[in-house]
Amino acid sequence: MRSLWRWIVSSNVFLSTTPVHANGWNMPRGVTDVSGEIYGLHMTIFWICVVIGAVVFGAMFYSLFRYRHSKGAKAANFHEHTTVEIFWTTIPLLILVGIAVPATATLTKMYDTSEADLDVMIIGQQWRWRYEYLGEEVAFTSNMSTPRAQISGEEGFGEHYLQEVDEPLVLPINRKIRFLMTSDDVIHSWWVPELAVKQDTIPGFINENWVNINEPGVYRGQCAELCGIDHGFMPIVVHAMEEAEFDEWMLERKEAMEQEALGVDREWEMQELMARGETVFESICASCHQSEGQGAPPAFPALAGNERLIEDLEWHAQTVIDGVSGTAMPSFRNTLNPVELASVVTYTRNAWGNDTGDSVQPGDIAKRIAE
Amino acid sequence: MAPKLPPTHPLEHSVTTVAGSQAPAHHAPPRGILRWLLTTNHKEIGSLYLIFSLIMFFIGGIFALVIRAELFQPGLQLVNPEFFNQMTTMHGLIMVFAAVMPAFTGLANWMIPLQIGAPDMALPRLNNFSFWLLPVAFTLLLSTLFMPGGGPNFGWTFYAPLSTTYAPPSTTFFILALHIAGISSILGAINIIATILNMRAPGMRMMDMPLFVWTWLITAFLLIAVMPVLAGVITMMLMDINFGTSFFSAAGGGDPVLFQHLFWFFGHPEVYIMILPAFGIVSVIIPTFARKPLFGYPSMVYATASIALLSFMVWAHHMFVVGLPLAAELFFMYSTMLIAVPTGVKIFNWITTLFRGSISFESPMLFSLAFVVLFTIGGFSGLMLAISPADFQYHDTYFVVAHFHYVLVPGAVFAIMAAAYYWLPKWTGHYPNERLAQWHFWLSVIGVNLTFFPMHFAGLAGMPRRIPDYALQFADFNMLSSIGAFLFGFSQLLFVLVVVLCVRGGKKAPAQAWEGAWDLEWTVPSPAPLHTFETPPDFKRPTL
Repeated sequence: MRSLWRWIVSSNVFLSTTPVHANGWNMPRGVTDVSGEIYGLHMTIFWICVVIGAVVFGAMFYSLFRYRHSKGAKAANFHEHTTVEIFWTTIPLLILVGIAVPATATLTKMYDTSEADLDVMIIGQQWRWRYEYLGEEVAFTSNMSTPRAQISGEEGFGEHYLQEVDEPLVLPINRKIRFLMTSDDVIHSWWVPELAVKQDTIPGFINENWVNINEPGVYRGQCAELCGIDHGFMPIVVHAMEEAEFDEWMLERKEAMEQEALGVDREWEMQELMARGETVFESICASCHQSEGQGAPPAFPALAGNERLIEDLEWHAQTVIDGVSGTAMPSFRNTLNPVELASVVTYTRNAWGNDTGDSVQPGDIAKRIAE
Repeated sequence: MAPKLPPTHPLEHSVTTVAGSQAPAHHAPPRGILRWLLTTNHKEIGSLYLIFSLIMFFIGGIFALVIRAELFQPGLQLVNPEFFNQMTTMHGLIMVFAAVMPAFTGLANWMIPLQIGAPDMALPRLNNFSFWLLPVAFTLLLSTLFMPGGGPNFGWTFYAPLSTTYAPPSTTFFILALHIAGISSILGAINIIATILNMRAPGMRMMDMPLFVWTWLITAFLLIAVMPVLAGVITMMLMDINFGTSFFSAAGGGDPVLFQHLFWFFGHPEVYIMILPAFGIVSVIIPTFARKPLFGYPSMVYATASIALLSFMVWAHHMFVVGLPLAAELFFMYSTMLIAVPTGVKIFNWITTLFRGSISFESPMLFSLAFVVLFTIGGFSGLMLAISPADFQYHDTYFVVAHFHYVLVPGAVFAIMAAAYYWLPKWTGHYPNERLAQWHFWLSVIGVNLTFFPMHFAGLAGMPRRIPDYALQFADFNMLSSIGAFLFGFSQLLFVLVVVLCVRGGKKAPAQAWEGAWDLEWTVPSPAPLHTFETPPDFKRPTL
């Protein structure tokens, strides 16, 4: 409540909320051919509605003004007129057909996912997005990077409050990119207005959509389907770049992934594991189990002081790898690599007074996953 | 205690008994709480429904104000996201199932027997049972808010698997509550159909019935058709949650999209259940205050029936982004667009009724006229949403929130307000205080538009629905909406004041309270005595 008042009394209430985009009132025209067509359909139907509205409300308000009882209007007694009734049934029907034709053409185009240059798998998870470049061995998760302190009002809002991520989805322009979309838990919906792509990600199903971006830039969106407590904190950022720049980025990412894979074969120091583990925990685990490991029972159990976790290393590691079926705890077998798994298990066993002293090596985790 | 049955020879008219005479003294009802628990009188049960609905309207309204207070500005200030989700869910459930639907059933109970010249509903004991199920259902539903893990937090559409595998433990109670409310609706609908088909005054054909009766008859058939589908889908949820089935769980071979098909097969007719009786109310009030018969009575009846039939063929327009095949997407786009035709017929009919009338602007008329304008705006955004490619941008945004609130608040709720102001003289024997009613009207109109119009822009600019916090470019729209919501919410206290004053006193109303009204309810005294039409009235078809 205090922050509310502080905000109301601060004089910049309206100044601080000036729309970031020039066009903050209407659907964006977007940066693909399809988004342009959708914008065109939207404006066409909007103006048709405006014209119909002007005629209908015009007739209505004319009647209300002209035939006032207080001005001594005498009521007529007419009713039913076949010609008029046929007229106002057929004309709307014709207008509808006129709208349906271009809408059908655009929709058919949107459904043509054939002959893509690049396939990207988009996986919704509570509450982050995972992107896998199919056939390229490059994959990563994308988490909201807005600090929680901004949300709670302890810090001022950043420019892209709630619409910024640690790892944006990087895409090339002028190439047809096919999205294959699914979910690991509940239904999410991947939406970037400037790309005019909104598609539900559904566990057990793979939906397809596609995009061919015309202009480089940073495009922001967020999850559109209620998916639980942090539904509002699941942003999407797409970084569209020139083709050459994209190819270079892809090479760098591949090298980094290879480096990471090498890490499995060596012994890791406790300190290294703890540092890495904290990063992984903050980006992946903290949204449910909270930064201090206190959890949010009964849905999300506490990890700090959790006796089963402290006593049973075997069970702890297995739970992180396979998840717990029938609960919100997902399997991280495919989402995290062995280095990340080992470090986050080590971290949770030693943080917040869980001082077990155990460290888990990436090599052991890799073996366990292979079994 | 036995309800008055229709006379065995309904065609024999007793000369001595005037329609609307008092019941014999030995039928005196029990006093106190028992009177209301045991009543089988359609007027008393109608009042119970209306009072219940009004209480729930305020509870649902408080939930809405919690939402709007949190969204007044960016950042989390008042509630956490978990409680926010419970508020959006409960607001929707309470408003749909406990406020709007019971309000229409209450109006049906009061007015259908009076409008068709029947002494009571066909099944009075069932009528009592249908009502008393509701407080049970919604006490149970509201109690989930105090259970460990909180109440339902998955939206009023409760999509699986968020509402099954990932749901709070209280979900089983939510399912039971919805089952009970559903049984109440089905029983109420059976009663209404039986009453309308069997108990019309001698000489009253189907095509002579007031449109409120017609729209309710069609609504009742919709209820009987789709409430069992809702019961089926929540039972499948119950099995998934408690008995290890996998209807909606992909991991067990089930299908989360099946849930949405079943839900919306119920859900789309459900939204027409909440608007068809409103069409009926407005079609009765506008001719009264235009002092001119409804332009196209038969076409209004056919348009209502067409809308009801089409409502079974459009459900997947709520699912345009779940990945339907192209053919399905096109089918549901075309069928949805078709609904604009009969809806247009209705709007044109209302306006042609006004044309060359003799129009006065009492509060029931004001609410009805606002209904026509604002419902039409909701219809326009509905037409935009029907265009499937564009819906990929609109879906699950505040544009949708704006759309369905325009058809439900200045749509259904304004029609209920109009009905209350229209029939209060018949119910209480007094006219409502017109000055206060006009204040209520204008504050409501300003509040409702200030709340919901900016939501169109927020949605188009990219704000998804059901989020507790939002990016900075949506801040201005949300602030306006929140101011409007508080204005609208507090204005409704005026309505309570008008009703209370009207019950306690006010300008006496004659039997025919409005100059241009000529349906059968205006032939019995105001206030309507407990028992009316013990002898069927002599229905005379108006000569037009």
